[in-house]
Amino acid sequence: MDMSTVDLSRLQFALTALYHFLFVPLTLGLSFMLVIMESVYVLTRREIWRTITRFWGTLFGINFVLGVATGLTMEFQFGTNWSYYSHFVGDIFGAPLAIEGLMAFFLEATFVGLMFFGWDKLSRPAHLMVTFLVALGTNLSALWILIANGWMQNPVGSDFNPATMRMEVTDFMAVLFNPVAQAKFVHTVSAGYVCAAVFVLAVSAIYLLKGKWVSVAKRSMAVAAAFGLASSLSVVVLGDESGYALTDNQKMKLAALEAMWETEPAPAGLTLFGIPNLKTQHTDYEVKIPYVLGLISTRSLDRPVIGILELVETAEHRIVSGIAAYDAVEKLKVNENDLAARAQFEAHKRDLGYGYLLKRYVADPRTADAALIQKAALDTVPNVPVMFWVFRLMAGLGLFMIGVFALAFLLVTLRKADNRWFLRLCVLALPMPWIAIEAGWILAEIGRQPWAVEGVLPTFMGASSLTKGQIWLTIAGFTALYGTLAVIEVKLLLKTIKTGPYASKFGRMHDAEEASPLETGTLSGPAE
Amino acid sequence: MELPIDYMTLRVIWWGLIGVLLVGFAIMDGYALGTLASLPFIAKTDEERRAVINTVSATWEGNQVWLILGGGAIFAAWPFVYAVSFSGFYLAMFLVLSALILRPVGFKYRSKRPGKAWRRNWDWALFVGGFVPALVFGVAVGNVLQGAPFSLDSDLRITYHDLFLGGLLGLFSPFTVLCGLTSVAMLLVQGLTWVSLKIEKGEVRDRAIRWATFAGIGVIVLYALGGLFLAFGDLGYKVLDAVAVDGPSNPTRGEVVREAGAWLVNYGKYPWMMAAPVLGFAGTALTLVALRFKADPWAFIAASLAVFGIIGSVGLSMFPIILPSSIDAHSSLLVWNASSSHSTLFTMLLVTVVFLPIVLLYTAWVYKVLFGRIEIKQLKTNPDLY
Repeated sequence: MDMSTVDLSRLQFALTALYHFLFVPLTLGLSFMLVIMESVYVLTRREIWRTITRFWGTLFGINFVLGVATGLTMEFQFGTNWSYYSHFVGDIFGAPLAIEGLMAFFLEATFVGLMFFGWDKLSRPAHLMVTFLVALGTNLSALWILIANGWMQNPVGSDFNPATMRMEVTDFMAVLFNPVAQAKFVHTVSAGYVCAAVFVLAVSAIYLLKGKWVSVAKRSMAVAAAFGLASSLSVVVLGDESGYALTDNQKMKLAALEAMWETEPAPAGLTLFGIPNLKTQHTDYEVKIPYVLGLISTRSLDRPVIGILELVETAEHRIVSGIAAYDAVEKLKVNENDLAARAQFEAHKRDLGYGYLLKRYVADPRTADAALIQKAALDTVPNVPVMFWVFRLMAGLGLFMIGVFALAFLLVTLRKADNRWFLRLCVLALPMPWIAIEAGWILAEIGRQPWAVEGVLPTFMGASSLTKGQIWLTIAGFTALYGTLAVIEVKLLLKTIKTGPYASKFGRMHDAEEASPLETGTLSGPAE
Repeated sequence: MELPIDYMTLRVIWWGLIGVLLVGFAIMDGYALGTLASLPFIAKTDEERRAVINTVSATWEGNQVWLILGGGAIFAAWPFVYAVSFSGFYLAMFLVLSALILRPVGFKYRSKRPGKAWRRNWDWALFVGGFVPALVFGVAVGNVLQGAPFSLDSDLRITYHDLFLGGLLGLFSPFTVLCGLTSVAMLLVQGLTWVSLKIEKGEVRDRAIRWATFAGIGVIVLYALGGLFLAFGDLGYKVLDAVAVDGPSNPTRGEVVREAGAWLVNYGKYPWMMAAPVLGFAGTALTLVALRFKADPWAFIAASLAVFGIIGSVGLSMFPIILPSSIDAHSSLLVWNASSSHSTLFTMLLVTVVFLPIVLLYTAWVYKVLFGRIEIKQLKTNPDLY
C-alpha cells in the first residue's frame, strides 16, 4: 500500500465526517425539542407555542438539509475510499448501514417533508405525531450508525473465513447488543441533545439581551434549561468509559488518554494535568486525583488499570501469534483441505489482524524479524499527546456545560433568567458543545488507530488502491463545496435568527402583541 | 444453525431485492431528478419555477432514501459489488455526490431570499442536481454492461487498470453515452409525467406534457439503439466455469470471458425474460398514449412500468453476472461468488420483509395527505411552500 494514499483517504474521511457531524448533533437534539414544544402547543392550544415550534423548526430545517446532504458522502465513502475495508467487513458492517436506511432514514426523511408542509393538512395531534416520528427516525439512525461504529471498536460476533478472505458474522445479536455500541449511542445522542439545548439557550439569550420577542425567548429558554440539564448530566454520567475494559485497543485508548505509561495498581488515580513526554515515555508534572480512574474504568476498587508499555508487550505476543495465523491462511489459499494449516489457523485466528500490522513494513509478515515485530507493536499506541489533551478539552467542556445548565435551570425556576451576566454566559457557551463533540469524535477515532477494526484490520490495509491525484481532487472538491455551503448556511441561520419568530411567514394575527419588545410575560405561567 | 432458506435461493432473492430497490429509486427519486432536470424548459418565470419545485418539495427527501438504502443494501448483501463499483467509478461517484448534495440545499435555500441572482443560481444548482445523477447513473450502467477494468489478487484486493484521466473520461464510450442518454430521457419522462400530474392545469402542465412526449419518443429510440448495440456491438460476457451456486463468496473462483452477443443469450434460454424489454417499450408507448389524452395518473403509472421493464432488462440480460471484469477472467462478480454470508443474507431478508412493507405503508399515507395539485396562486398565500 502507498502510505500517502492511505493518509489522504484518512484526511478526506476525517474532514467529511467532522463536517457532517457539525449538523447531525443539532438535528438529533432539536428534533426532540420540537416534540416537546409542539406537545405543549397541542396540550395548551396556545398559539405562541405553535409560533415557537415553527420558528425553531425553520432553523432545524436549514440545518437538517446539510446533515442529509453530507450524510450521502458518508454512506458511499466506505466503498469509494475504503474498498478493501468494505470487502473485508461488509458482511457485518454493511448490515447496520442498510438497516439504518430501512428503519431510520425512511422514517425521518418521509415525515420531515410532511412536518414542514403538513401544518394545514393535519390535525394537531397528527402533526405532533409526524414531528415525533422525525425525531425518532433521526435518533434511530444514530443508534444504527453507532452499532456499526461500536463494532469497529469491539468486533464481537464475527470470525475470519479464509475461503472468502473476510470477516463473517457468527452472532448477529452480539453485534446488536455490543456494550461499546450501547455506551456510545447514549453518550452521542445525549451530546446531541446538549448541543441543541445550548443552541436554543444562546439564541434565546440574544433575544432577551436585545429585549426582542421576549415571550418566545423566555419560553424557549425554559425548555432548553430543563432539557439541557438532563442531557448534559446524561452525557457525563452515562459516558463512554464503560467500554474501556473490554478489548486491548479500548484499554490502550484509556491508557493513552490518561498518558498512563506504566500499569497503575488498583485503585488507579485520574490524571488532572500533566505533560506527556514521548521520548522518555513518561508524563511530567502529573497532578492526580486518587481512586477516580479505577472507579470509572473498571467500576471497582481492586482491579488495576493497565498501562501503555504493558499493552505494547501484549501486542508483541499477539503479532507473533498473528504471523502463525497469516502463515496458515496462505497455506489454506493453496489447499483448502490442509488439516494442519486449518488447526494452526483455528489456534491463532484471533491474532490475524496483529499479523497484518507488519504489512506496513513488509509484503509478507512471515519474513519479519524481532526488531520489526517490536516496531509494529509500538504502532498500536495511538497519538498520546493528542489523546491526552483532546480528552481534557472534551471532558472540561462537558463539565462547563453542566454548570451552565444548572445555573440556567436555577435562574429559570427562580424567574431571574433576565440577569445580563447570565445571558452573556449563555451566548458565550454557543460554540462549546460543537467543540466538545468534535473533540470526542477525534478521541474515539484517533484512539482506535492503528486499527480500522480493532485487532482485525489495520487502517492502512483498508484503503482503496486509488491514485493520489484522484483523492486530492475529491478533497479539494469537497472542501470547496462544503465550505461554500457552510457560509451560506450560517448566513441563512443568522438571517432567520435576526428576522425572528414573527417573520411574515409565521405571523398570526392573534398573537401579534407577543411581537412587542415591551411585552414582559412571566416565564412559565399563563400570560394570556 | 440450519437456516430455513438455502444459500443459492437467498442469493437469487437478494439479486432481485437489489433490483427492486434500484427500480424503487428510479421511479421515486427518478421523478424528482427528472423534474429538476426539466426545470429550465418547462418553467420560465420565478412563480412557475416555484410551482414546479413544490410538486416535489415535500416528498423528494423520502425518495432519496431509496438511493441511500440501495447503497446500504448493496454493502450488506453484495460487499464486493459495493467495494469494486464505488471505488472503481471513483470520480464519477464524486460527481454524482456533489450534484446530489446541491439538491437538498437548493430546495431549502432557494426560497429563503428574494434576489433574482440568488434564485437563478439555485435554479442551476437544482438542474445540475437532477441532470448529472441521471446521466452518470446511466453511464455507469453502460460501463457495467461493457465490463470494468479491475482485477482481484489472492487477498481479494482490488486493482484498477487503464485509469484514463483518473478513471473519469475512460467511462465514456459511444455505448455508455447512449446508456446515459437513455437514463436521462427515461427519468425526464418520469419527472415530466409527475409534474403534469401534480401541477395545476395550465401552461406549465401543457409544456410538461409536450416535453414528456419528446422525451418518451427519445426513450423508445435510445432503448432500441441500446438493444442493437447488445446484439451487434461486440458486447457481452459469459460464465465459462460455473462456480458452485452455494459455494463461498470468492470471485477468484470461477471464470468469465468476453463473448459478443452474450447479453442476449438469456432471452433465448428463458423466453419469459422477454417480458422485461417488452414492458420497457410498451410502458413508454402507453405513456405516450396517456399523455395524448392528458390522462396524467396513467401516464405516470405507465412511465413507472417502463422504468421497471428497462432496468429489469439490464439485470436479466446479465444474470448471473453482476459486474464483469474486462481484463481478468478470474475477477468477475457473479450472483454466486460476490454475496454476503448465508447468515447475513438471511438476517437482512428478515429485516427487509418486516420493514419494507411498513415503509411503503407510511409513504402511501404521506402521499395521501399531500394529495392534490399545486396551484400557482397558493404560492402567495401558503407560507410553507418553497
